[in-house]
Amino acid sequence: MALINQAIKYEDPSEVKPPVTSIGIIGWVKKNLFDTWFNSILTLLAIFILWKTVPPFIKWAFVDSLWYSTGAECHKAGGACWSVISKNLRFMIFGFYPHDLQWRPLLAMIMLIGLLFYSRNRNRWNKSLVYAWITGLFVMGLLMRGGLFGLASVETTQWGGLPLTLLLAIFGLTAAYPLGILLALGRQSKLRIIKTLCIIYIELIRGVPLISLLFMSSVVFPLFLPHGVTVNAILRAQAAIIMFTAAYIAEVVRGGLQGMSRGQYEAAESLGLNYYQTMRLVILPQALKIVIPPSVSILISAFKDTSLVVIIALYDLLKTTQSVLSDPKWMGFSAEAYIFIAMIYFLCCFFMSNYSRRLERELNTSN
Amino acid sequence: MNEEQANNLDTIDSDDAIIEIQNVHKWFGDLHVLQDISLTVHRGERIVICGPSGSGKSTLIRCINRLEEHQRGRIIVDGIELTNDIKNIEKIRAEVGMVFQHFNLFPHLTILENLTLGPIWVRKLPRKEAEETAMYYLEKVHIAEQAKKYPGQLSGGQQQRVAIARSLCMKPNVMLFDEPTSALDPEMVKEVLDVMISLAREGMTMIVVSHEMGFAKSVAHRVLFMDYGQILEANTPQEFFENPQHERSKLFISQILY
Repeated sequence: MALINQAIKYEDPSEVKPPVTSIGIIGWVKKNLFDTWFNSILTLLAIFILWKTVPPFIKWAFVDSLWYSTGAECHKAGGACWSVISKNLRFMIFGFYPHDLQWRPLLAMIMLIGLLFYSRNRNRWNKSLVYAWITGLFVMGLLMRGGLFGLASVETTQWGGLPLTLLLAIFGLTAAYPLGILLALGRQSKLRIIKTLCIIYIELIRGVPLISLLFMSSVVFPLFLPHGVTVNAILRAQAAIIMFTAAYIAEVVRGGLQGMSRGQYEAAESLGLNYYQTMRLVILPQALKIVIPPSVSILISAFKDTSLVVIIALYDLLKTTQSVLSDPKWMGFSAEAYIFIAMIYFLCCFFMSNYSRRLERELNTSN
Repeated sequence: MNEEQANNLDTIDSDDAIIEIQNVHKWFGDLHVLQDISLTVHRGERIVICGPSGSGKSTLIRCINRLEEHQRGRIIVDGIELTNDIKNIEKIRAEVGMVFQHFNLFPHLTILENLTLGPIWVRKLPRKEAEETAMYYLEKVHIAEQAKKYPGQLSGGQQQRVAIARSLCMKPNVMLFDEPTSALDPEMVKEVLDVMISLAREGMTMIVVSHEMGFAKSVAHRVLFMDYGQILEANTPQEFFENPQHERSKLFISQILY
């Protein structure tokens, strides 16, 4: 026995390493960039394009750029004119909101973002968070509108810029989502009338562009109101956005409901749960989880669609930026200004999609 | 076994019918799936229903808790007649436990939450009490250590035992089993049947759609053989498996006995 043990010399497996060319940076490059001749060509092409575009962009954006100059100086210089943003930031963000009161919308936005960040963690979803939101929304409304506790009143016609965009988006999306769920349930209903009404609503709304809905809400709808009665323009735009988004959400949620197996309904029913309990406790939590990715797509596109309110003369973030660019002093610097607001939109949308992925991970119970 | 069976038979109160099915008919479109079925189930009685697929056996037990609607005849469960009255249906469903072929656990809830859902929302029990009951039944199906897991993390046999415990948490008077072992891997069938047998020993009224002969022989009072939407033969398990009367049941038994 001893002889055999001596005769066979084991190599310690931990000392055996894979070939250098298959691990580390070289391995990665070889595997991902140069594994076939076609991929190699694509890689070289991509490097060439980057070489041609990135350095000039950096030169334009950072080397030759002006950050705190006047428009005239910008016109002379060859680089990017970020001054268009720094000099007009307050108007772009707050629109026509009275200059010395702009701390109020700023504070409201900080509160909103703070609340959103705090609510990211699902473990914190409890009663006190609901109260925090109710109080928060009230304080935000008070800050924006004023007229109480010695705060000067600011008419909603003076609201604009980023606070308006966030207002339309956040209330639009949070109201559209439950409405969409109700519509989806209605469309599945056994009650003929409810079902028909929901189908008509969904198909009608989905059949028209958001712009025409906004137009109708601002031009056609007031015609039907009795003389002297007016509905706030922001409220009308908000209603149009909610109605529009809800129809899309409804169809996505319907897809999720149809993806549920018959067995889940039967198991819930055979426990004696009624329709509302079955839906709320068993079906919707699963169906909504399935449709998180498409719902978030809709919410993101709805967020960006709020910029369409420009056509009914609301000064949201996009419109205030356009107004800055129509000032002769700053004409011609649209690239810089649009890059800036694109970044704001991107941040918000990225937050949403990032959060949805996190939610999906947390809700995954299959393993 | 005979002695035990005799003892079990004694526990049936033959005057006390818990389920009465009278001349029930059901159609799926033009297909006549239940043809004039009449059946009385007594308190504590255990019935195994077998028959080829498409014979209407699943449909029959699904009619008992109104997962399917019968179109003619009467079904009376524990003194309540099944009609379109949704309140009656919910009341009956809370009294009648149902175990499905594919378990149908709620995948988004933990095992414990699966078990407490009915008691909390239908029976309106306080959460703590519901959880105690749930743990008691989980203990009973030998799976208490899995209470915090999700159904997707359990094997098929474990899931089916959880499903049985979930029904038991509602403290039902009748348990319906719709082919409870036919979706299971062979080595998991026994653990589920063991749970069902111990339930039978405690005197639960059970109606089981199953082809498990061993189970039928050890706990059933009656075996019903169905085909073409009719009950063709009803007999004690011994008689039925060893000496079937009807031509169709003779053929069926010769086929399942390879």
